[in-house]
Amino acid sequence: MIDLLLLLFLVVCAVVVVQMKDLLSAVIMLGAYSLIMAVVWTRLNAVDVAFTEASVGAGITTMLLIAALSRTKRGEASNNTSDKRLKSSRHQVPALILVLITGAVLIYGTIDMPNFGDPNAPANLHVAPRYIEKSYKETGVVNFVTAVLASYRGYDTLGETTVIFTAGICVVLLLRKNDGASGRKSQR
Amino acid sequence: MLEFIAGKYNYWIHVTLMMIGFYAIIAKGNLIKKVIGMNIFQTAVFLFYISISKVKGGTAPIVWDEAVLYNNPLPHVLILTAIVVSVSTTAVALALIIRIYREYGTIEEDEILAMGGERINAQR
Amino acid sequence: MTVPGRDRTTRGHIVGEHVIGRTVAKLLIPFIQLYGFYVIAHGELGPGGGFQGGVILGASIILYTLAFDIEAARKRLSQKVSDLLSSTGVLIYGGIGLLCIAAGGAYLEYGKLPLGDAAFASHLGIYGIEIGVGITVAAVMITIFFETARREDA
Repeated sequence: MIDLLLLLFLVVCAVVVVQMKDLLSAVIMLGAYSLIMAVVWTRLNAVDVAFTEASVGAGITTMLLIAALSRTKRGEASNNTSDKRLKSSRHQVPALILVLITGAVLIYGTIDMPNFGDPNAPANLHVAPRYIEKSYKETGVVNFVTAVLASYRGYDTLGETTVIFTAGICVVLLLRKNDGASGRKSQR
Repeated sequence: MLEFIAGKYNYWIHVTLMMIGFYAIIAKGNLIKKVIGMNIFQTAVFLFYISISKVKGGTAPIVWDEAVLYNNPLPHVLILTAIVVSVSTTAVALALIIRIYREYGTIEEDEILAMGGERINAQR
Repeated sequence: MTVPGRDRTTRGHIVGEHVIGRTVAKLLIPFIQLYGFYVIAHGELGPGGGFQGGVILGASIILYTLAFDIEAARKRLSQKVSDLLSSTGVLIYGGIGLLCIAAGGAYLEYGKLPLGDAAFASHLGIYGIEIGVGITVAAVMITIFFETARREDA
């Protein structure tokens, strides 16, 4: 029961975030959405993922969006301006039709999926029992997720670290001004 | 019929969340609203994957003496990587938006397209 | 452009307006950093690991920047140090893999490291890469925050 209520609350939060015109309020509501998502994942017993989402989603993403808002504008343009060049209101009906068609196709695809929580679903029978049975003997690590992440799938974690390092480099390349490493004034 | 709905309604709510984020990406004109929509889409996809890993009667995937069944740890690993990749994508997208604002003076998609390439701040 | 919520003239030193924020930040930051190190170190025994602990460490420096000014934070953690730290973590990760090749196994095969039996060596290898990941994630979060939150004229 509580799970259903949390999921419906998530849907309400998402609709509010998308419709709000004041972007600062939308970002704060996105922080609340991330926090409720972390609670839903804790209810599904995914503790590592909930920890990461609470720290990264509710912390870092909110902070990055507020910093970006402070360098640009806070409000979104409304749809009833008299400027004829703005045609954003023309996009909304085809976009809604496309979204409804995509949603219908996806829901049609979930009809054949195994029931929620089924222990005999194919996803739980392929390689996961091997990890659950043998990882403590082979790696000595109590947490299965860390054992798989750092030992069985260590290449993926190396790639992930490289991705986050590349993101840092990209932000530096885009935004850093080249007037000396310690902020000397440029010699124009 | 009721059993069918009780086993599948989770997936339908997750698809609804994905579609809300998808609508924000394609229908809104503000660039930051598009990035917010991308975030909602991504977290809804993660929720869909994590709900596949849940096993009825299973506990968290950490070794515990009184556990009978464990949850499937493999989707957790994939989603951990995906969350970090999503925050990296958001950071680079926001850096691009800040540069666009510096060059064009606006972050509404229609106004940028209507300007046709003439920048306000043509320094570089 | 100023960060929302701050006074426009905080280039100077307004005493009295930010006393509560600065005092609470000074009290909390050591505990937040200790918790970040705890999460990195106990990644194998419970939820946690390199990423979560690195983000918490980065968040402590961001809290310091928000409570005090950005120049004060730059004086404590210069640009060169944060750039170096973000590369160091990835190098530690790759370096441990190369050490495993030097010890006779495949890349990132921790069982072949000469540190005791295979399970203990695997345990230590995992510990080493978690530390590398934590350093990189913390340094990249700090770098991204400093670049996006800087003022236009600075």
